[in-house]
Amino acid sequence: MAYKFDPNVRYAKTHDWVRVEDGLAVCGISDFAQHALSDVVYVELPEVGAGVSQGEVYTTVESVKAAEEVFAPVSGEIVAVNEALEDEPEMLNGDPYGAWIVKIQPSDLSQLDALMDAAAYEAFVAAEEAGGH
Amino acid sequence: MIEPTVYELSSPGRHGPLLPALDVPAAPLPDAALLRPADELPLPELSELDVVRHFVRLSQKNMSIDTTFYPLGSCTMKYNPKVNEKAASLPGFTNLHPLQDAEMTQGAMQLLFELQVYLAEISGFAATTLQPAAGAHGELTGVLIMRKYHLDRGDAKRVKILVPDSAHGTNPATTSMAGLQVVELPSDARGNVDLEALKANLDDTVAGLMLTNPNTLGLFEEHVLEVTKLVHEAGGLVYGDGANLNAIVGVAKPGQLGIDVMHFNLHKTFSTPHGGGGPGAGPVAVVEALAPFLPGPLVAVEKVDGDEPHLHEDDHEHDHEGYRLIWHTPSKSIGRVRSYWGSFGVLVRAYTYIRMHGPDGLRRIAENAVLNANYLKARLLAEGSYPLAYAERTCMHEFIAQGILEGAPDVHTMDIAKRLMDYNFHPPTVYFPLIVKEALMIEPTETESKDTLDAFADALIQIAQEAREQPELLKEAPHNAPMKRLDEVRAARELVLCRC
Repeated sequence: MAYKFDPNVRYAKTHDWVRVEDGLAVCGISDFAQHALSDVVYVELPEVGAGVSQGEVYTTVESVKAAEEVFAPVSGEIVAVNEALEDEPEMLNGDPYGAWIVKIQPSDLSQLDALMDAAAYEAFVAAEEAGGH
Repeated sequence: MIEPTVYELSSPGRHGPLLPALDVPAAPLPDAALLRPADELPLPELSELDVVRHFVRLSQKNMSIDTTFYPLGSCTMKYNPKVNEKAASLPGFTNLHPLQDAEMTQGAMQLLFELQVYLAEISGFAATTLQPAAGAHGELTGVLIMRKYHLDRGDAKRVKILVPDSAHGTNPATTSMAGLQVVELPSDARGNVDLEALKANLDDTVAGLMLTNPNTLGLFEEHVLEVTKLVHEAGGLVYGDGANLNAIVGVAKPGQLGIDVMHFNLHKTFSTPHGGGGPGAGPVAVVEALAPFLPGPLVAVEKVDGDEPHLHEDDHEHDHEGYRLIWHTPSKSIGRVRSYWGSFGVLVRAYTYIRMHGPDGLRRIAENAVLNANYLKARLLAEGSYPLAYAERTCMHEFIAQGILEGAPDVHTMDIAKRLMDYNFHPPTVYFPLIVKEALMIEPTETESKDTLDAFADALIQIAQEAREQPELLKEAPHNAPMKRLDEVRAARELVLCRC
């Protein structure tokens, strides 16, 4: 399966991406993640103002197959949620790198250094695809 | 053909039985303010024959255990013996009112008491409540008991429940409902709980672990004794999800494996009707230390001369003179979890089933359920089209095949499941457990003959060949069902349940 990898974002092992725009961490799920989920039918939007920690669950995404947790790639405070996902959750399938879920005011941007770039994430996905069940 | 709704079949003035003319004065209707306007709740008008045909036609469109093989993994869709129905419809049971005095219902209470004892005996526990209405309700009851046990000891910091990643979705849901936090544990390469991950997560904030054994991969937990010991050493309790009890009933007792509290799905293991034919019943059994926390009331034995009530009497002394059955709420009970006495009619069916089989029969159920699953697994393994998860291990009552077929890259598990309907089989559970890609979770149960198992294996093998040669046959399936492929995505996105 050929997945799309965006060179302008950083990736977490939990298949979440983040890119910095105007000092804010814009977060979403990867093309691989949306493929694994299949058709997304619902995105639970978290509260603006909620604090999140790197690696912690900040919301869930529901598809026809399953409900999956979404993990914060950086720590900070949620300052915006993508309300368009309320009516069009399928945006996560159609444009996974355009359809952001939340914007986080990051408390420590150096956390991004520990995340993978597109090439490293592509290798990570390939290894995950090859191994296990 | 789509069956019209009763509203579409309605014709003004049509009705069922003709009632005789009134021979008493007509009573006035209540105030207009209390009446709903007719256009707000239109009632259909049909003849009796129209109604009968409508519902019989609808029932014929349904796939059920009485019409087709139904290998729905983790649901144990075994045949529901009709003698269960006969027992439950005995007038002595059906004419009882739940609020009748205990003196007038000693017979029904004896059945409940004996069922409490049987379930405790089967599972190796000290006491049982029959109240919970189904499996998930039993889970909530069990976890609330665990929570109260810790709080009763003055230990308020235990707020976490460990849940393996192969668990039923109800386990984390139950944990949240009980106000506790879920910590997910990974599985190891053989499908067991990862012991290192378990150790790393065990501390004095852990209220307990929820364990399904055999798990949803259809595998017996190879380190079950070590898992339960580790949790106990850390001061936690072990909850047993009894959904898969059918694989070990009469063979292994969860209470002896270190489980402290578990629920039974009577509508799985003990053959009471399932799904729309329910309701279910999810009794919960516990070890001695947790018995004081059980929801009340339970049926207990009391000596007529005023002795303390007992919850558990092995020798059935209550049959003798000088004893009576009473409703009893344990001293530290979490309270009532359901109205009245549980799903009584369902409890009668499960009781009948246990009495019909006896201890040896129950053991044969588990043996044949496991044998049937391994036979199907071996046939698919030998043929080779379907990858099998953990193929190297002997499975228990179910196993996981994967809808990943060589030479058919566009075909998915959902397409295989839909195509099975054309072969007149109910599809297995799909896309669960979540940790196996394209999962097809197959549980044949003990009630199926070798002929049926062979026919099902043949169908799966035939479908794999179709997938390679004519994939569109699968993509557009089902072809023979009353409804074509439903638009699940639209159904989930546009949650319109009725058109009013």
